[in-house]
Amino acid sequence: MLIDWFTVIAQLINFLVLVWLLKRFLYHPILDAIDAREKRIADELADAYEKRAEAEKQREAFQQKNADFIAHRATSMANVTAEAKAEKIRLLDLVRQESDALRSKLSLALKSEQLTLQDSLTQKTQEEVFLIVRKALKDLAETSLESSMARVFIARLAALKDEDKVSLTSTFESASQPLIVHTAFDFPEAERSLIKAALQDMLGASADIDFASDPNVISGIEVNVGGQKIAWSIADYLAILTKHVNQVMQLHDESRDKDQAIDGEGQGGHEIHV
Amino acid sequence: MNLSPDQLIYWQMGFIKLNATIVFTWLVMLVLVLSSILITRKLSTHLQRSRWQNLLEVVVITINQQIEEVGLNQPHKYLGFLGSLFLFIALSALGTIIPGFEPPTGSLSTTAVLALCVLVAVPMFGIQDQGLARYLSTYTKPTIIMLPFNIISEISRTLALAVRLFGNMMSGAMIIAILLTITPFLFPIVMTLLGLLTGIVQAYIFFVLATVYIAAATSTQKTSAASVN
Repeated sequence: MLIDWFTVIAQLINFLVLVWLLKRFLYHPILDAIDAREKRIADELADAYEKRAEAEKQREAFQQKNADFIAHRATSMANVTAEAKAEKIRLLDLVRQESDALRSKLSLALKSEQLTLQDSLTQKTQEEVFLIVRKALKDLAETSLESSMARVFIARLAALKDEDKVSLTSTFESASQPLIVHTAFDFPEAERSLIKAALQDMLGASADIDFASDPNVISGIEVNVGGQKIAWSIADYLAILTKHVNQVMQLHDESRDKDQAIDGEGQGGHEIHV
Repeated sequence: MNLSPDQLIYWQMGFIKLNATIVFTWLVMLVLVLSSILITRKLSTHLQRSRWQNLLEVVVITINQQIEEVGLNQPHKYLGFLGSLFLFIALSALGTIIPGFEPPTGSLSTTAVLALCVLVAVPMFGIQDQGLARYLSTYTKPTIIMLPFNIISEISRTLALAVRLFGNMMSGAMIIAILLTITPFLFPIVMTLLGLLTGIVQAYIFFVLATVYIAAATSTQKTSAASVN
């Protein structure tokens, strides 16, 4: 007999138990896990779609902002460029004005310096000339510069025309101040007396005459009477000397400029070789 | 030589006995339930999971899909019964590669029980789905004359299920046993592999037929489709 009834009953029970156990321990847990996973994936997908939509929205907003920004930037750039151009013109004008002012200032300063230098040169030259002449006169003619100057001055007084003498006298008399003889340096008493006598001879014996030494007096001896001046001057000599000196200086400057130009060319050539 | 593992009795006390069929059935049950418990103890609902969980998921999903493909709309409802049938028969067939293992499905008592279960389950699911009157009326389709034939068909297909499975499993075991006495080396191994294939195919056939019978019983339209088959 191939069928054993006890085995049949036992197997029936076994199979039913197996079905229950597998349901309990296999199908339900596995299906639950799969469902949970599917739900999780669905949730994540939904979340991802939501985030994507949000990102899309943000991207569009950003693009809009970007376009606005680009347009705004172009406008701003144009404005700024125009402002910068105007500012540049203004600043250039300012710089030009300042430069002009500085240039004129510098020019004035240079001119002033030049004048100062010229004055001091003239002074120095005068002193030197006087020194040399004094020494030469003493060595050659056994006479002093002062006495020579006094003689020349007296001779010039004497050589004045009559109408000039009258005019001087009337001018002196109308002035209440004493007559002051300006000299470049202190004259000895003898020469002073000679000059005083010559002047008193012309203006009258009562004429009050003073002497004052002033190194700035280029002329050597100078008398001012109400705007009229009698003087022995070395200004002409000095002017000639200045002219000569200037010529020499100019020549020297020209030759120096030429040398510099040649040096510059030489350097340029050297640079080309480098 | 024993034709059935029923005849291999380990212990007996009167009507009650412990034969190889029952013992190896318990073994198969133990393997199935224990592995299920061990694997499903730490189930992951994340995308990453253990390979054993993955294997179980593949098995369960495949069975589920097969049930659905045959025509049952709610496979979860039938998964417990049909899945257990497939897994029990398939594991019994797989066990044949272990020397000394007696497949419980090689016993006509076991296959008869499985076929009986199908015989009971088909009307049970049919009545659950359609109601008693409507289910019983399917036996009189297309005419009342067909009633006895339908009943005979029901019984005969149950018998066929039982005998087909028994015959295949028993014959496989028998062939190996005979071949072992004649050509003890390579040939039995080849035949074991062939038997393994036959066993798995039989498990699939038994499972699909049971599904088809249930599908036929749960829907009038599908009954006619199944009859054509």
